[in-house]
Amino acid sequence: MIKSIAELNAVKESAAEVVKTRINCEDTGVKDVLICGGTGCDSSGSKKIVECLKEEIAKAGLQSKVNVITTGCFGLCARGPIMIVYPEGSFYAHASVDRIPEIVEEHLKNGNPVKKYLYEETVDGDTIKSLNDTAFYAKQQRVALRNCGVIDPENINEYIARDGYQALYKVLTSMSQDDVVNVMLASGLRGRGGAGFPTGRKWQLAKDLVKDADQKYVCCNADEGDPGAFMDRSVLEGDPHALIEAMAIAGYTIGANQGYVYVRAEYPIAVRRLQKAIDQAEEQGLLGDNIFGTNFSFRLGLRLGAGAFVCGEETALMTSIEGNRGEPRPRPPFPAVKGLFDKPTVLNNVETYANVPQIILNGAEWHAAMGTEKSKGTKVFAVGGKINNTGLVEVPMGTSLRTVIYEIGGGIPNGKAFKAAQTGGPSGGCIPPEHLDIPIDYDNLIAIGSMMGSGGLIVMDEDNCMVDIAKFFLEFTVDESCGKCTPCRIGTKRMYEMLDKITKGKATMEDLDKLEKLCYYIKDNALCGLGQTAPNPVLSTLRYFKDEYIAHVQDKKCPAAVCKDLLQFSIIKDNCIGCGMCAKKCPADAITRTDYIAPGKKLAAFEIDPNKCVKCGACMDGCKFKAIVKG
Amino acid sequence: MAFKKCAVPFAGTAEQEAQLKAVIADHKDDRGALMPVLQKAQEIYGYLPIEVQTMIAEGMDIPLEKVYGVVTFYAQFSLNPKGKYRISVCLGTACYVKGSGDIFNKFSEILGIKGGEITPDGKFSLDACRCIGACGLAPVLTVNEDVYGNLTVDDVEKILAKYE
Repeated sequence: MIKSIAELNAVKESAAEVVKTRINCEDTGVKDVLICGGTGCDSSGSKKIVECLKEEIAKAGLQSKVNVITTGCFGLCARGPIMIVYPEGSFYAHASVDRIPEIVEEHLKNGNPVKKYLYEETVDGDTIKSLNDTAFYAKQQRVALRNCGVIDPENINEYIARDGYQALYKVLTSMSQDDVVNVMLASGLRGRGGAGFPTGRKWQLAKDLVKDADQKYVCCNADEGDPGAFMDRSVLEGDPHALIEAMAIAGYTIGANQGYVYVRAEYPIAVRRLQKAIDQAEEQGLLGDNIFGTNFSFRLGLRLGAGAFVCGEETALMTSIEGNRGEPRPRPPFPAVKGLFDKPTVLNNVETYANVPQIILNGAEWHAAMGTEKSKGTKVFAVGGKINNTGLVEVPMGTSLRTVIYEIGGGIPNGKAFKAAQTGGPSGGCIPPEHLDIPIDYDNLIAIGSMMGSGGLIVMDEDNCMVDIAKFFLEFTVDESCGKCTPCRIGTKRMYEMLDKITKGKATMEDLDKLEKLCYYIKDNALCGLGQTAPNPVLSTLRYFKDEYIAHVQDKKCPAAVCKDLLQFSIIKDNCIGCGMCAKKCPADAITRTDYIAPGKKLAAFEIDPNKCVKCGACMDGCKFKAIVKG
Repeated sequence: MAFKKCAVPFAGTAEQEAQLKAVIADHKDDRGALMPVLQKAQEIYGYLPIEVQTMIAEGMDIPLEKVYGVVTFYAQFSLNPKGKYRISVCLGTACYVKGSGDIFNKFSEILGIKGGEITPDGKFSLDACRCIGACGLAPVLTVNEDVYGNLTVDDVEKILAKYE
């Protein structure tokens, strides 16, 4: 049990000895091998690597010389499974079981990093660069992710070694509730879930608006529903105690003794680690009654979502915790007045909370010094899609999209051209190449028709059709609309149908106008944030890629050759050697032999009957001679 | 919405019922316990047929229509049993832009079932899921607990062959 600062510091000091090899890169004669156990690397087999590594280390008799630690996400998911050896900081990319014996023998035993398996960016001739000097990490600044990939998330002592629970102690013993609110206000921290409401203001309202409440609640939104976004998951998996500490601080500030974390059931690793962290914090007395011997008591419960995107909306989330269908309700009353079980409630997102202990310890000015005028601090982005370094990056607000995509992200694979970046998920929009240099912050993104959202950033190249992407998001919204209000339930369905018509070449220019009008109608009239923002993917693609819509409507062509109904497959007869592979693959018997023999070929060429063709593309995949084209 | 009774007859055991009763008893003092109870019930039975919903409604003293309303609201609650091998193709954005839609269609075509359905022999069920957060491996799918990443349409038959 930790009941005083002396006890906390004692744990800190002894744990600091354990983590100094990896934190300070101090050579203590013992090596730390860190392996990512986040969902990405776990999916590509990191658990087996850990087992194999432990076996090989035992075989080599190195148990006392090497520690194996499973951590949270390092960020560079594209190179996973990732393994880092300290004190050197050698970064092994794409680790695999068959490489382990050699690495154990050569590196862990003989002290020579196995260069051929290292991440190529870290190898420069004979020298091996530090991880932090690679393009992927150099421009990042890690605040919310500071412990991810550094500590063992299942060991509370390692979090304490990294100043864990010091902020909670400071708040409980030397700050009034108003002091905390003032620090949060001055720090400029805004909600990282997407809307960007000032966190300090939210806490202040929950503290002040209802004076005589017998019960208040603190909630955490970990229902990370935007497809392609996994920032919150990485914090939960890599640094769960940061969330617990921050929620306790919020509890003290508003006068709540109970918190709930609402987390997606699709994140089993995150759920397990968070539950373990809560149990450990309770054992240590850092959650429970009279924390640090003060009058403050705080408990945390976990609630699992069940696959409803709308539950990311705050009123829907609380309705769901109450055990109901997760439907939103009109605001006001805001949660600060009437939230969970009708009591005043503060609800913040995981990443928002992850910043809080650091702000308390380092001060509001430290946080306010990062970022732009109105958006302070850093933001985590989950960068995915058509990009080389798929993964998780944390950059100061105001960093340009170009820096994120080309410098940190390593650009677009296969030499393709950048077409758009999608931020904000189904509520956001597509950002075209001309805005690549705009500094990313809440207000700039809204000005160009997108939004920050929770931080998903999907990169698209010339092969992606923007009408198809808009249709994809609408299909998602239609599927996830809770059905409570008409503009969203019926409006999004009608939008989807219009988009479907466009991608099938059956729409007229009048339909485009109708579509745009409907967008504004839904924006103005839907009940909750999800409905109001559902038209954004359409509006932003209409704004920047109208020519693509027009090509579908007027020319009946899909410029990116994605929309199947507008595709024509044909055979370039002069390239066809007449092997017949395409005809064999065709499920619709649409390909037949002609009597034309191309110059230099022995057999007659084939042709495709467009009336029979089902546009499956099987013929094209089967042709080794590039004789089949689509367009 | 008319209630469609599941095609597969309910075959719950007394042991399962005892487990469910224990879960309900565990949560009797929790506020808003319906969701956690349903989640546990689905772990016990694999799905939530009307028989299980009735037991929960009676055990927790909640109207059956409320239980049914909650079950049908959330995508993860299933009124139908799942296959021995549960195929779940990620149709999150990062996977979609890399072609997971075609992969889903290929499964549907080969197995002859749509999303949310089960093959008549009970072997495979097919679902589209939203982001599982393994975007670094996009496009991704899972078969029970196995994760497959960096896929193309050509991998579909190979994956199915593993479970034949």
